[in-house]
Amino acid sequence: MSTLEIKDLHVSIDTEQGTKEILKGVSLTIKTGETHAIMGPNGSGKSTLASTVAGHPRYNVTSGTITLDGEDVLAMSVDQRARAGVFLAMQYPVEVPGVSMTNFLRTAKTAIDGEAPSLRHWTKDVKAAMAQLRIDADFTQRNVNEGFSGGEKKRVEILQLELFKPKFAILDETDSGLDVDALKVVSEGVNRAHAEGNMGTLLITHYTRILRYIKPEFVHVFVDGKVVEEGGPELADRLEEEGYDRYVQGAGAATIAAADAAAQA
Amino acid sequence: MTDITTEKARIGAPSSQPFINGFTEEGESLSPLNAAESKSPLAGEAVKAHSHGGGVGIPDSSRAGRLTSYKLADFKPLTGMEEDWRFTPLKRLKGLHTEVLTGTGPSVAVTAPDSVRVETVGRNDARIGSAGIPEDRVSANAWENFSEATVITVPAEVETESEVSVVLTGQGTQAAAQHVVIVAEKFSKAVVVLDHQGTAVVSENVEIVVEDGAQLTVISLQEWNDDAVHASSQQARIGRDAKFKHIVVSLGGDLVRVTPSARFTAPGAEVELLGLYFADAGQHLEQRLFVDHGVPNCKSNVLYKGALQGRNAHTVWVGDVLIRKEAEGTDTYEANRNLVLTDGARADSVPNLEIETGLIAGAGHASATGRFDDEHLFYLMARGIPEDVARRLVVRGFLNEIIQQIKVPAIEERLTAAVERELAATNH
Ligand SMILES: Nc1ncnc2c1ncn2[C@@H]1O[C@H](COP(=O)(O)OP(=O)(O)OP(=O)(O)O)[C@@H](O)[C@H]1O
Ligand SMILES: [Mg+2]
Repeated sequence: MSTLEIKDLHVSIDTEQGTKEILKGVSLTIKTGETHAIMGPNGSGKSTLASTVAGHPRYNVTSGTITLDGEDVLAMSVDQRARAGVFLAMQYPVEVPGVSMTNFLRTAKTAIDGEAPSLRHWTKDVKAAMAQLRIDADFTQRNVNEGFSGGEKKRVEILQLELFKPKFAILDETDSGLDVDALKVVSEGVNRAHAEGNMGTLLITHYTRILRYIKPEFVHVFVDGKVVEEGGPELADRLEEEGYDRYVQGAGAATIAAADAAAQA
Repeated sequence: MTDITTEKARIGAPSSQPFINGFTEEGESLSPLNAAESKSPLAGEAVKAHSHGGGVGIPDSSRAGRLTSYKLADFKPLTGMEEDWRFTPLKRLKGLHTEVLTGTGPSVAVTAPDSVRVETVGRNDARIGSAGIPEDRVSANAWENFSEATVITVPAEVETESEVSVVLTGQGTQAAAQHVVIVAEKFSKAVVVLDHQGTAVVSENVEIVVEDGAQLTVISLQEWNDDAVHASSQQARIGRDAKFKHIVVSLGGDLVRVTPSARFTAPGAEVELLGLYFADAGQHLEQRLFVDHGVPNCKSNVLYKGALQGRNAHTVWVGDVLIRKEAEGTDTYEANRNLVLTDGARADSVPNLEIETGLIAGAGHASATGRFDDEHLFYLMARGIPEDVARRLVVRGFLNEIIQQIKVPAIEERLTAAVERELAATNH
């Protein structure tokens, strides 16, 4: 049983106009076996939260803490976090030229487990996982994400999730850009990983669509760098009907006005 | 066939505005210098005055108009302003362009299967001049000064079971000339490796004849010592239905400038020009290639990949591909990709595709200079891979595409090890 705890997290980035605060005090606790959905409008800071947990150098944590079973995650390098069990399925997976999927998957697995996987089992596992996610076998020969369609990239992220078996999975808009069939395939992958019983999931999404396939116990509404409301699955149903307008009237409206002003300046 | 309506399209011309405004290919990133460079004043006149191949009506900067001559005197002294020398630090040529090349050339040790003929011949041998005419002053200087040549002949219909290894070992820093002729007779099949080692200051002419139906691979390895200076013109004449594969690998040396060219003389032939270079701090590695499509229905494919690391590591790649009016049915593609690993290194990349006929099967080029950037690194590290491993993974993968084309296991292993050594130096 593991716990990922985010406490009063403040994050800013350096922009040409100076420092900009994006996360304004986020607190969140996820335990093994739980699924949390973070829902929020565009630009509210969802990806910032995800990338900060993974350790992307662009984001500066100005205050607050992130711990994994009490260990200070913020003190870890990006690769240490991954080896500690944090997995980020990225909203926009990066193309890595020159590195074949086969080589990449094996290298990552070896790094995460601290030893090379037995070749025979590994090849079989990869094949099986790919088949379940309906990824063509020849993808292993291609370079990481190179030339993959948006939907293919997302499947490959979930492929890694299934193969690397992290303690905590952060899925950043894994649903966006997927058609209904792909959405089902991908959701099944997440559910399979979850069903093994050793993973907590943070599901970031803009739409409620994916929640038909992946059932969260907790829903957090994220607006302007903060959690503005929390509840159970019924909150998602309500968002489905009402959208974010209710929240955006408050803090969000101010943000939009500020953005407009900035755009005109 | 693609019918190109523009009668004469010049894409990515090095010395003038792009023919098609704003034409860029998948991340093509020519250096600002290339993009802004005004036409070199010497590019035209001298060329027309002496040219064997060009003439009236050929644009100044067209490759068809380049001066070719066996006589050194026909080439003006270099100023560094010339189109084909503008990237080369002439001061570091150690006299290859100014001195009489009287030094002792690299020693030549050939290991070959019995079926292959290896001879040392004088200047008057009939095979000298069978594939090439010097195209620049340094090459002409070597032509004027060499005293004997090594001729390697793969007799007709002979298929060699192992590669022909030619080890050229530098004998010091006195400017020298070298001449090698490789002939693959009709329907023969062979792999020849030119293995450059040691310390030398040498201008080298390599003539390569690929007769009808022959299949020849020539691999030129530059694993010189740090102080070596090497200019190498490697010119190939390609016969009917022949297949020629040429691989340049430049790793060592202070200044290495390899200028391969392939000329088709009859239809149905194919060439592949591949290259790999890895420049460290202070190294200048230059490759300028020329594919001359002067006859119909030939195919060419060019891929050069380079990695750079360290201050003032400089690489140059210029790819001239000329599809002449007669060369209908040509199919050609050229690409150069560079991977810049550290700040302070510079990769110049100039694809130059000239098309004089619309009746071609295909013609394309691509040039991209990428940084191994933070996003690549982040993605790999976010999967648990430590930074140094991630870096190796990317570079090894990047260069492997060329290494695995060599298909001589011993050399592939040697180069993989050499790349590892170069990478190990990155960490310091
Ligand atoms: N490099 C940057 N320069 C300026 N602003 C940035 C930069 N990166 C992010 N931002 C801003 O930070 C805010 C949060 O962005 P983030 O990507 O975290 O939002 P998001 O909730 O994931 O949005 P989406 O639903 O569109 O994915 C946005 O206002 C965005 O414009
Ligand atoms: Mg986002």
